[in-house]
Amino acid sequence: MRTQQTLFEKIWNEHVIHKQDDGTCLIYIDRHLVHEVTSPQAFEGLRMNNRKVHKTKTTLAVADHNVPTTNRTNGILEEDSRIQIETLRANCSEFGVTLFDMDDKRQGIVHIIGPEQGFTLPGMTIVCGDSHTSTHGAFGSLAFGIGTSEVEHVLATQTLIQKPAKNMRITVNGALSTGVSAKDMALAIIREIGTAGGTGHVIEYTGEAVRALSMEGRMTLCNMAIEAGARTGLIAPDQTTFDYIKGRPMAPQGKKFEMAVSYWKTLFSDEDATYDKDIVINADDITPLVTWGTSPEDVIEITGIVPCPDDFDTEEKKASVQRMLDYMGLTSGMHMQEITIDKAFIGSCTNARIEDLREVAKIAQGHKVADNVHALIVPGSGLVKEQAEKEGLDKIFIEAGFDWREPGCSMCLAMNADKLEPEERCASTSNRNFEGRQGRGGRTHLMSPAMAAAAAIRGRLTDVREF
Amino acid sequence: MKPFQTLRAVAAPMPMINIDTDIIIPKQFLKTIKRTGLGVNAFNDLRYDENGNENKDFVLNKKPYRNAEILITGKNFGCGSSREHAPWAIKDFGIQCIIASSFADIFYNNSFKNGILPIELPQEQVDTLMKEVQENPDVLIEINLEKQTITRGNKFSLNFDIDPFRKHCLLGGIDDIDLTLEKKNYIDSYENKINTEKPWI
Repeated sequence: MRTQQTLFEKIWNEHVIHKQDDGTCLIYIDRHLVHEVTSPQAFEGLRMNNRKVHKTKTTLAVADHNVPTTNRTNGILEEDSRIQIETLRANCSEFGVTLFDMDDKRQGIVHIIGPEQGFTLPGMTIVCGDSHTSTHGAFGSLAFGIGTSEVEHVLATQTLIQKPAKNMRITVNGALSTGVSAKDMALAIIREIGTAGGTGHVIEYTGEAVRALSMEGRMTLCNMAIEAGARTGLIAPDQTTFDYIKGRPMAPQGKKFEMAVSYWKTLFSDEDATYDKDIVINADDITPLVTWGTSPEDVIEITGIVPCPDDFDTEEKKASVQRMLDYMGLTSGMHMQEITIDKAFIGSCTNARIEDLREVAKIAQGHKVADNVHALIVPGSGLVKEQAEKEGLDKIFIEAGFDWREPGCSMCLAMNADKLEPEERCASTSNRNFEGRQGRGGRTHLMSPAMAAAAAIRGRLTDVREF
Repeated sequence: MKPFQTLRAVAAPMPMINIDTDIIIPKQFLKTIKRTGLGVNAFNDLRYDENGNENKDFVLNKKPYRNAEILITGKNFGCGSSREHAPWAIKDFGIQCIIASSFADIFYNNSFKNGILPIELPQEQVDTLMKEVQENPDVLIEINLEKQTITRGNKFSLNFDIDPFRKHCLLGGIDDIDLTLEKKNYIDSYENKINTEKPWI
């Protein structure tokens, strides 16, 4: 073992239970988050093989992908969605797993409730059958998405069979300018390294601009590590992290908290640790960004113009760009700010935390959503919703003409009733602009919460710095 | 899991880069609580129009590619979500082997758990294979996992790399959970250790 270790290597080595001669490791999993979409077949596998859940107290389930964001007193109208949630309820009850059900105010998006409850802690291995599990890396934990077979494996054994990833460091120096957020930082990084830039690697985010982010901002940044192709992203824990965790319901309390903090303080990369890839970005160079295509790497400044296929190097990328322009209904050379929208979606595990909603409220106050736009705000959890209402943000939203909803994944992936119709265009704070992601034929532009709010008000993509 | 040893089959060319999991299986089909039956929905939005009729131009709707068991495609295949519905749909369609210059990590891993062999080759070899199956649709490509070869009769032979442990599991159709449960003693002693050292876990 090298004496100088990266943060990833420290956490990894702490969790290796057994190592085969070929380097394949059995690693221990500290926390397992479960939701309704990727778990039914895993529980079914346990049942068929007469297996139990190995450790129920470190497993937490919630329904989020399919839940309605409008009035829930009528239940779920769509049969398949209802069955999936009923199945989760039955499985949790049969196997003894804690579930935050639809009527529980702690219910929300799985990657929002974990940190909110103090279930997510530094130095842990955390998994979930969802690629955006990387979000929890913001706490200096090793958190990654897994498929359903691995969900079953973790339920049955509390372990996974894995090989270590490679190390990548992204340093963001300087300070973000006014109107530029963690979301813009995430998009700038993906533009820089591409959607396959992080494949096989764990990204460690560091540098002044990263250190300066709140926990909410760090979660936004790590959330989109998967969009850069990385196994996950992480940030060394510091006082900001400890302050966020202290007092949360599932976090250690009293002496145990002190004991944990002294361990958490050892979680940083050693000075001479080496990385397989090392990228440096200047925060001062980052401006408000939006996507124009159907891959999260197709990013451009809000002041920019829609590119043309000849701007790109390879034949395959040129072909891909033409296909994207056709799908998105855009013409090369048009100004991004000329693009009008039909919907705005403020929500998702990327941007539905209280800080995101405060940013939206700052922009929305005293303005009205444009007549041609339906603008949804979907809080990340019942507790985020409660906090926003305590601060009076809901009144600002409603007054400005936003549609204030119940928590869930909603139109990020449109598994519930919230979706785009064919050719509808959306300013979205979510994480993926893939073809059909928000509804078949739907056209997604990714951006920060403040930018989405500005677009909703002007009815077209807008530079938030004008507000 | 069914073992993967050899395969001799039609290969379909799909020369798009960054084929994401939403393209492989759109979200409306994730509401199932089963692993089976998703083949009919694989590549749904490319394969069918809004009314559910087949798009004649889509490769997997053309003969002989509709019987393909091998897929040859562009880089970063399977990027996006962790949904195992993606390999389930591909497998259920009949595809058992995917050849690309790169794969997204989670999709790559999920493929092995379902008896699908993902093969990574240098881009120029993928290009050669792509051209070969576009020009000679009926030709059968042979994959031999034990020997790690891709061949077409005497015409060409390529070698590919694969992690030895993954190869071993695929060849034998070995179930991971059984393997891990054999190490139960290691898990128990690890848990005893953290109960003392990190009681907050």
